[in-house]
Amino acid sequence: MHGFLSYLNAHFHALRLEFWGLFIGGIGSGIIYAMVAIGYTMVYGVLRLINFAHSEIFMTGAFAGYFTLNYLIGSSSPTGFSSILLIIVGILAGGITGSFFAVVLERVAYRPLRIRKAPKIAYLISAIGASYFLLNLAAKEFGRIGRGIAQPYQNHTVFTIFGAPVEMYNIIIFVAAGIMLIIVDRLVSKTKLGRSIRSVAQDSETASLMGVDIDRTIAMTFVIGGFLGGAAGFLYALNVGVLYSMGFTPALKAFTAAVLGGIGNLRGAVIGGLILGVTESFTVVFFSGAYTDVVAFAILVLVLMFRPTGILGELIGRSA
Amino acid sequence: MNLPFIKKFSTKALIILISSELAAVVTGPPGNGDTPWVGFHDSITQKASFFGLFVTGRWALFYAIGIISYLAVHFFKKLNSNNSAMDSLRSQYSSVAKNKYFKLAAVLVIGVLAILLPTVITDPFWREAMVSQIAVFVLLALGLNVVVGFAGLLDLGFVAFYAVGAYATAWCTGALPMPPIFGSHVNPFFAIPIAIILAMVAGVILGIPTLRLRGDYLAIVTLGFGEIITLFANNLTGITGGAQGTKQVPHFSLHIGPLKYIWGLDPVPYYYLVIGFVILFIFIFYSLEHSRVGRAWTAIREDEVAAESLGINPLKYKVMAFAIGAASAGFAGVMTAAQSNFLTPATFTLALSINILVLVIFGGMGSIFGVVFGAIVIQTITMYLIHTPPAGYQPPDLYIYIGALLVIMMIFRPGGLFPARRRQRADVATSSLENSNG
Amino acid sequence: MANLFEVSNITLRFGGVVSLSNVSLYQKRGEILAVIGPNGAGKTSLFNSLTGVYQPQEGSITFNPKEGEPISIIGKKPHVISHTGVARTFQASRMFNALTTFENVKIGAESHKGIGAIGAILRGPATRKDEKYSDARTWDLLDFVGLRAKANYIASSLSYGERRRLEIARGLATNPEVLLLDEPAAGTNPSEKLELTDLIRKVRDQMGVSILLIEHDMKLVMSLAERLYVLNFGSVIAEGTPDEIRANQNVVDAYLGTTTAEGAN
Ligand SMILES: Nc1ncnc2c1ncn2[C@@H]1O[C@H](COP(=O)(O)OP(=O)(O)OP(=O)(O)O)[C@@H](O)[C@H]1O
Ligand SMILES: [Mg+2]
Repeated sequence: MHGFLSYLNAHFHALRLEFWGLFIGGIGSGIIYAMVAIGYTMVYGVLRLINFAHSEIFMTGAFAGYFTLNYLIGSSSPTGFSSILLIIVGILAGGITGSFFAVVLERVAYRPLRIRKAPKIAYLISAIGASYFLLNLAAKEFGRIGRGIAQPYQNHTVFTIFGAPVEMYNIIIFVAAGIMLIIVDRLVSKTKLGRSIRSVAQDSETASLMGVDIDRTIAMTFVIGGFLGGAAGFLYALNVGVLYSMGFTPALKAFTAAVLGGIGNLRGAVIGGLILGVTESFTVVFFSGAYTDVVAFAILVLVLMFRPTGILGELIGRSA
Repeated sequence: MNLPFIKKFSTKALIILISSELAAVVTGPPGNGDTPWVGFHDSITQKASFFGLFVTGRWALFYAIGIISYLAVHFFKKLNSNNSAMDSLRSQYSSVAKNKYFKLAAVLVIGVLAILLPTVITDPFWREAMVSQIAVFVLLALGLNVVVGFAGLLDLGFVAFYAVGAYATAWCTGALPMPPIFGSHVNPFFAIPIAIILAMVAGVILGIPTLRLRGDYLAIVTLGFGEIITLFANNLTGITGGAQGTKQVPHFSLHIGPLKYIWGLDPVPYYYLVIGFVILFIFIFYSLEHSRVGRAWTAIREDEVAAESLGINPLKYKVMAFAIGAASAGFAGVMTAAQSNFLTPATFTLALSINILVLVIFGGMGSIFGVVFGAIVIQTITMYLIHTPPAGYQPPDLYIYIGALLVIMMIFRPGGLFPARRRQRADVATSSLENSNG
Repeated sequence: MANLFEVSNITLRFGGVVSLSNVSLYQKRGEILAVIGPNGAGKTSLFNSLTGVYQPQEGSITFNPKEGEPISIIGKKPHVISHTGVARTFQASRMFNALTTFENVKIGAESHKGIGAIGAILRGPATRKDEKYSDARTWDLLDFVGLRAKANYIASSLSYGERRRLEIARGLATNPEVLLLDEPAAGTNPSEKLELTDLIRKVRDQMGVSILLIEHDMKLVMSLAERLYVLNFGSVIAEGTPDEIRANQNVVDAYLGTTTAEGAN
């Protein structure tokens, strides 16, 4: 008993010491989860379907950014304005590739089933198949070893908060992801496209009666979700590099974030992502590295069991 | 030739063109992470002989095959719809198939063939594969079929039950760092009931919390559980032996009175043992399918709210499907442990779960015959590819094909090659309803 | 004797939407009771509350079976409520489309027995006797609703009227004391409506099963029901015999006026 208490004490002490460092790291990964989570949540909204292949959208975006930057940067070490430009180019490369694959995925793996009004299990199987196909094709074409990405900026500590360093990388993802999240939020809440997406999410039959083009709306949903997913893949890769199987774990966590925030709920996904990122970051103090992934998963199971509607609640909640 | 056909044909031709380029890439030489396009470029420019006539890009070969089969299917369909003789032939065939004696005879013939198989197959590779890669996978597919096919629950962590069966065997026989169950180790033979029961218990324990969840959540949670089991098997070195794997698991042996028999390195005795259990499990699953339990599973799968309103407790039946499906996976685990003598967590991956899923989907979810057929065919092809790989084939490429196969089946033949009677009817019925509406 | 159903002050909300507000009603044993009201009034929500599909946030529902103690419905799962003797049909009929007519009804007939996995595998005499009994009961019910000829048809190939009758047979197979029918005549043609009216009356008269009915077809309701409740915006606005309801100005304003207009075109 005493041993356990001193164990906890020591760990809480460590937690206090590293609090801000962990917090900043957690926000950084959390905002990436948030970007991916939006893809899950939007697709869920319009199709009532978990897009299992979203992890591979993330991966393709990361590879696109990786190849683009490696090509552009070569062995130079860019700074200043060219850094910013390169990052924007990387985000566009990742995002556009993500959108492309998301749309192809929708056309090939989902739309034929939607036309046939297939049962849900068929969608899930098709999604898993597509995911598996892309994953292993990437392994074949790009190799099975991880690779670092050419850095478009010089990483250094920009300033400190309560003694914790805030690095260039943290600032980059924060700004980039923040801007994209705000744009998407505006897009969905203010534009005509956003209105169609919301009306399809609420009731696709009524929406189509009111003249909304369902096919196009669903495709656009994949475009937006795919862009965020692919761009997130690139930002993630800036830090850890690329690997064909890199999508699995972040995507599972992003899915957890989407459920945590209330699936179908855009802002919920962002909040869920940030909460998950920070929580996970703190648990590193208590568990050895191998088990940190279990923490996110345990959160997923607990949320699903005790509060399946998430923190903010599902926006569109009719089931029976 | 009419215009609509040409229009339709040209879009199809484009789709087939894209597909054949993709097929060329999938089957072509691999690339690398430094030069992204080399794999694609090499695959598409790679030359092949065009049916021995001339040499052209390999994709052209795929293209030709695609176009020819599209036309064949198209005209066959046309012929078929104009020709009622075909229909009467089919109905005759189905009335034959319905005949109890015909079915019984078919089963007997297959049984005899299965028994005689080891006398035909003498190649050591195939003798080994027959047991560890085919028969064991038939068992796994049969088990997953109960869960996915009968009860309609997408379990992506099915391999967990297989792992429980295998590790339970290692535990009973003293091959784990953890002391064996009854203090001293036992012959794997006696591990069979223990492993099956533990796998079933694992099904119940995993099922009670997860089976309350909606279908898509269930899929992702079971996937996570499957991963976690591997993670624990890798990291709990003191219990499982960790990533290094277990100690030596002994072979089966039987000592009852004067009867003495040891299953050694020869796969054939294992083969007969597995076949015995395959038959047993088929019998059990068939009986369940055609009982109150099977009907309740179908009811829940078709409409859970309606089933509940009739007094069926969905959670109970779903947990039961998990436990019963886990039983055959548990036995498969015993076989793997005892025959290969050695276990590592690297065997029990998500990839394996998906591999088992594809066997079920390909043959026909819910159809016992289909699933057995699917498992045999796909595993035989897999083994063939390993045994005599065609030029450029690497074993992990298999997963690309599996992924593609899942999507293709869902698009073109969701019921599998041999759709289950109950599923097929639903498909036919809904499509005919839609036609009458539209 | 106590009333069959005793519903007092139930309120059911979905987020901001109130589908039932402070609803109280009762059903006498053996009664054919109807609930009417405009679209979205909360009729189906009431059924779902009575059968455990929805859980009202406030109020109580008591069910008094013929034998045994009164049962509080709220908080119970749908399958448990089914075991106490409440059966229902659905507004959009919910068949098991992969199964035949016969199997659909048989599921109802056998769902109240234990699970019987072991029995199913071994097929002992007890299991076979059970099967025989369920089969016989299924045939009886198919005769009762007039679907014997369609026994081996796939459920989804039946016409609307036949599906409605199948759903009634399936519900009756669970051996209920009360049958809840949610718009049984929706989508049926006039002659099917007549048959259905007879069938519902027959269920009550010959089987002694009480009927709780939701229906928009006023002719059918008024000829069948002995007493009615009128719901509007989640509240009961009137209760009485068909004649009383017809004469009630509130009801005419809120509902009947519009349905007669609908009926005209
Ligand atoms: N699961 C649910 N989630 C949210 N709102 C619901 C749900 N079920 C019902 N409602 C709402 O409750 C109200 C009553 O619906 P209900 O289906 O009970 O009406 P009804 O009287 O049966 O109508 P109808 O005649 O069209 O069948 C409606 O406003 C509906 O939108
Ligand atoms: Mg209703």
